[in-house]
Amino acid sequence: VTDLYTEIQQIRKRYPEGTQSAILPALHAVQERYGWLSPEALREAAEALDVTPAYCRAVASFYDMLHLQPVGRHVLEVCTNVSCALNGAQQVLERFEAEVGCKAGETSDDGEFTLRTVECLGGCGWATIVAVDERYRTHVQPDDVPGIVQELRNG
Amino acid sequence: MAEPIVLAGADARDLTKLAEYEAVGGYRALAEARGMTPFDVTEELKASQLRGRGGAFFATGLKWSFVPKPEQLPKPHYLVVNADESEPGSFKDNEILARVPHRFIEGCLITAFAVESKAVYVYIRGEYTGPHDILVAALEELKGRSDILDGVTIVVHRGAGAYICGEETALLESLEGKRGQPRTKPPFPAVSGLYASPTVVNNVETIATVPPIIAMGGSEYAKLGVPNSAGTRVVSVSGNVVNGGNYEIENGLSLREIIYGLGGGIPGGRRLKAVIPGGSSTAILTGDEIDVGYDFDSLGRLGTAMGSAGIVAIDERVCMVQLGIRVSEFYEHESCGKCTPCREGTRWMTAILRQLEAGEATQGELDLLLDVCDRINGKCLCPLGETAAVAVASYVDKFRDEFQAHIDEGGCPFHDSPLEGVLAPVAQHAHHPTAEVLG
Repeated sequence: VTDLYTEIQQIRKRYPEGTQSAILPALHAVQERYGWLSPEALREAAEALDVTPAYCRAVASFYDMLHLQPVGRHVLEVCTNVSCALNGAQQVLERFEAEVGCKAGETSDDGEFTLRTVECLGGCGWATIVAVDERYRTHVQPDDVPGIVQELRNG
Repeated sequence: MAEPIVLAGADARDLTKLAEYEAVGGYRALAEARGMTPFDVTEELKASQLRGRGGAFFATGLKWSFVPKPEQLPKPHYLVVNADESEPGSFKDNEILARVPHRFIEGCLITAFAVESKAVYVYIRGEYTGPHDILVAALEELKGRSDILDGVTIVVHRGAGAYICGEETALLESLEGKRGQPRTKPPFPAVSGLYASPTVVNNVETIATVPPIIAMGGSEYAKLGVPNSAGTRVVSVSGNVVNGGNYEIENGLSLREIIYGLGGGIPGGRRLKAVIPGGSSTAILTGDEIDVGYDFDSLGRLGTAMGSAGIVAIDERVCMVQLGIRVSEFYEHESCGKCTPCREGTRWMTAILRQLEAGEATQGELDLLLDVCDRINGKCLCPLGETAAVAVASYVDKFRDEFQAHIDEGGCPFHDSPLEGVLAPVAQHAHHPTAEVLG
């Protein structure tokens, strides 16, 4: 397994020298490793990127996919933008709340799930879209929810 | 439906595979283009009358011609592809990348040749993990194919969740490793874009249309569609329709045909109340206005636009004030905060719409809503706030009686609609530092 420092140096090689373009892909890599961008993780990333931890945090805080708080083992994101809303995203969301035992925007007590609503995921014609650990499930209906949650608990 | 051009062959074969794509003539247009001069390739694009498919509808060949020649401006030239598709209602680039990645890559290589660039960056929204993996796998297949790549590097760069990064200068900021906030223009990217170097920024569908244009010839392509809207368009159909999905149409097909023909009509035989014609940033149409060609001029006459071709059908159960809240909340959440009218105005719009929905608004609030919209329009660096204002003002314009009823009846007349409460509040979005600060 490559260590994070080496991985980030490899990412930096994709971009012209002297630029900071590697920051977003590096933060994705850090988050993949640790689940979220803790202050320690941001320090580690900053060191490998030759920027300050504060700069990393300033960039990260702009983007919705980058977590600055701990998240559960699985992240469930329900699209609630117009097309999904018109196809029952609210009911899907409420079913998830009931199944995982926490409200949208929260992490379940057992640390298994973080549930949140997100803006348009770009799958409007296949509503409702739910991103499970960054992978899309399409045409999700409320009755599909218990199966999805069970599958993740078992996995 | 017209013969597909962008998605041609994707139903019959698995065009994500290099061998399959080459078997249907893939990468031949690239060889043809390289046999021409960059100038002539650009002229071919001008002749095709192709206009940008990302939403701004700017003439593609003209855009390329704005890039200075390397001898005029001796800096690296860049091609940046905008694959940050995030407009509510649009999901066409998602499918194009997932189904015809090699046609897209071929388009990147032809475009890079035309603007004399050796470095291509594809900025894909971070959420599109599926299309990302397909694209990366397609690029992997090209390793060692120097006949195709010819020294051009293509880097796929993932965004991390920010609608504003679909705006080209915000995208460039983000690609440079910064917060994605739009730049002032001028200078335009053609002269000073990525790393302050000459840069062309094109949308995924635009790029994927380039190889077929070279293959068939620009003037042939220009015969498709209608005047000012040449060619085909991949339209995304969603909302209250039977068959949501992407359909490649010839420009000018009627909106009725798209919704009732391709989309299969409205579920349960319900009445079509309204249509968002080009993503949530475009002005709304009533259900009676769909006998209109889906093209630039025809929609322009109705005061709206094709935008990024996200067509959202809305049936009779939907409250337009609730729709306004949902749309306004989206733009409020996605405002980058740089320009005051957008940052503050979108919050005011949401707040006033919520008052209306709760039955707490007086006549003055409805006037104030339109006034706030007016104070955003034309007063920001980028179109984000403006499109929010235009969209919401159009709901009031087209459905004024419904807004008035919220005031007169002291609440929402749709309270017994089965869709009541359909609009999940954006306040539930986790991790949004501004929300934390503002409480």
